[in-house]
Amino acid sequence: MAEALAARPQYPLEGLVAGSAQVQITPAAPASRLALRARPDAVAPLSKALAVKLPQKPKTSARGTAAKTKSRQALWLGPDEWLVIDTDGADLMAACQPATGTFSAVDVSNRNTAIIVSGAAAEAVISSGCPQDLSLKAFPVGACARTLLGKTEIVLLREEEDVFRVECWRSFSAYAFAFLAEAARDPMV
Amino acid sequence: MLQIYCPYCKEERPELEFRHAGEAHIARPADMKSISDEEFEGYFFIRSNPKGIAFERWRHVHGCGRFFNAARDTVSDKFITTYEAGEPKPDAAELAAKSGEADK
Repeated sequence: MAEALAARPQYPLEGLVAGSAQVQITPAAPASRLALRARPDAVAPLSKALAVKLPQKPKTSARGTAAKTKSRQALWLGPDEWLVIDTDGADLMAACQPATGTFSAVDVSNRNTAIIVSGAAAEAVISSGCPQDLSLKAFPVGACARTLLGKTEIVLLREEEDVFRVECWRSFSAYAFAFLAEAARDPMV
Repeated sequence: MLQIYCPYCKEERPELEFRHAGEAHIARPADMKSISDEEFEGYFFIRSNPKGIAFERWRHVHGCGRFFNAARDTVSDKFITTYEAGEPKPDAAELAAKSGEADK
């Protein structure tokens, strides 16, 4: 009998490290992710079902408050679009099942991968390829945006003052990682 | 680099995140079958290309992903205003007067 073939996730950045004394660049642990588009009528039910209040303000993110959903974040990407990330790998598709209203949820856990850039020079390293103003005033802790890094599109999230999460498509991750590693050699701090 | 105000993100973002998407306020004929070839040509191919204030569609493609409209001066390349898709077209003469004042 033929063996059932299941797609296995790939982690192209596994084991890579880069950086310097001022900045560390490491692949993030696998996480589950949801690309969410929702009409206004579905926002409240989805927030309840996912136990994360979907942010309404541009460039903001929200984190789950319950003990079970502390690892869960919702990132505002557009007026009706969010990226939900759960670093514990919870089944987000199942979580949003009970929600009512008009919405679309797509599991993109393995489409995206993430790179954590941390350290005193983190902002400078990302700024070498990202055209946005990343100063704390313009891009505070918790701010997130879809933007560019070099030639590739990323979703940038500032987790702490000197910790950034760079979400990129898995197939672009080798480029994004190499770009950051190169930038870390001589950051403009 | 130009800074373009995205009416959905509600702040100025760098030009690299945006893509131009042609002339704005071109209404698609409601009944395509009944219009003449000349009318179709006008709708499909003929664009105004003015010197001065031009109304354009832009898309915040590497940001919120939304299309919006912008009034831009084709002489100075300055964005005079941007507004959400679906909003009425602002008056060109008024905008020209406003941008003239701002330059002084």
